Amino acid sequence: MTDAFARGWSGWLRADGRKGVRNIVLVIYTVQCAAHVAHAIAADEEDVQVIGFPGCYDNQYAIRLVLSLARHPNVGAVLSVGLGCEYTQPARIAEAVERSGRPADAFFIQDVGGTRSSTEKGKAAVRHLRDRVRAEVPRVPMGFADLTLGAECGGSDGTSGLVGNPVVGRLFDRVVDAGGSAICEEIVEMIGLRDIILARAADDRARAELEAAYAKAERYCRDVRQYSVSPGNFAGGLTTIEEKSMGAFAKSGSRPIQGVIKVGEAPPRPGMWVMDSVPDPHFMGFGYTNPNDTEGIMDLISGGSQVVLFVTGRGSVIGSPVAPLVKVTGNSRTYARMREDMDFDAGRVLAGELTLDACADELGTLVADVAAGVPSKPEALGHREYFVMYKHQDTPELDRGCRSAA
Amino acid sequence: MSAAFVIHPLDNVATLLGDAGDRVTLNDGREVRLAAAVAHGHKVALADIPVGAAVVKFGIPIGVATADIARGDWVHLHNVESRYDERSGGFDVVTGAAGDMRYD
Repeated sequence: MTDAFARGWSGWLRADGRKGVRNIVLVIYTVQCAAHVAHAIAADEEDVQVIGFPGCYDNQYAIRLVLSLARHPNVGAVLSVGLGCEYTQPARIAEAVERSGRPADAFFIQDVGGTRSSTEKGKAAVRHLRDRVRAEVPRVPMGFADLTLGAECGGSDGTSGLVGNPVVGRLFDRVVDAGGSAICEEIVEMIGLRDIILARAADDRARAELEAAYAKAERYCRDVRQYSVSPGNFAGGLTTIEEKSMGAFAKSGSRPIQGVIKVGEAPPRPGMWVMDSVPDPHFMGFGYTNPNDTEGIMDLISGGSQVVLFVTGRGSVIGSPVAPLVKVTGNSRTYARMREDMDFDAGRVLAGELTLDACADELGTLVADVAAGVPSKPEALGHREYFVMYKHQDTPELDRGCRSAA
Repeated sequence: MSAAFVIHPLDNVATLLGDAGDRVTLNDGREVRLAAAVAHGHKVALADIPVGAAVVKFGIPIGVATADIARGDWVHLHNVESRYDERSGGFDVVTGAAGDMRYD
């Protein structure tokens, strides 16, 4: 282990034993009708962020996703705001959050009054919650063994598979070696790689999980006639989903894959994990596997990732709520053009300026800086894009045992 | 002269590390004369690839040649198709935009 991965910093200890790198108050709206008020509550408030679900009808997948974000290690407290007509119940969310040892509050706008009175009530609530978590949540030493990192790629080009994803893969190897966890979720970007993925399985159980998840993803893509490759990928030099897949899979590194988790499920033990975000069969047939980059990043955060790496060859300006996003490009031209948004230029490896190992060390130092509180570029720019959609996934079987820290 | 990167010994394509006009140097020292200019991030054939044969990158087939490809040719949407994606073959070779969706 190199020095970069022996670093320590201060985190926030949650009741379940997990540690956060931020201590935010999350405002959660339960229908689109409450979205404006939720954003007005959070506006100009330090350490207050927003997510929400747009639908009036409730959805078990969406509730599971929202609760996993509400009880994320980076979240200290929650305010849930509804309009009053919708199926999803803000008070039930607040109760579930309180059971995790976090303070929470909830109200319906229709019970309070209108836009202004609800905004005032919400601002008073989030300020009270913020005062409490700042005063009450213990600060504890934290290091890479306490981290779960997620990695997503988007806007991939010919450099992503050459260096952008491989440097994240090298970083993941080191995080796993340091006792931490890592998650990749884009199983639809493993199409064409069945045998290569199965060869990475840690044991027979992991192999069976990977085999089932891969078969489901391949069937799903065939049924909906949609593969996770886009015009921007083509313009950047990628020709087929198979080519993109091999580049994308490089971000999983080389360590054994411990198994497959579903959206909203945290790795039950440390190591490298694959997250299945593909819909399971349901009579309504709703859900889409990979509608945009933000959706995939939300999935990774739902798995407890305290920091998420986003690899983009062509460049992107998104960020994320709950967990800071660190943007890595393997394309030095993109870095030069979008420097205000890009955190890290891995293209220097292709230029021969440093080795992949040295690059992974440097990226590890950046991740530790962000974990220690230095804002990532999208975080500093105020990007907090989120996406919670209708989808169906069978409820995960949580029979792998508890996380060791819990 | 621009550089191109070949990842695996079995590969019959290399990825360009910059825009190239008439020739590229590979990371293993070989040189390839280009049939026409190839852009950064795109691929050049390192060997003749007959129609129906696999295009190999990372040591795995990333698609099938839909036309005879000669050493030095640009390898992309116009001469390769996915073995999975049924929309493959219908994308604009420059912009990558799909041609099978109606807008009016």
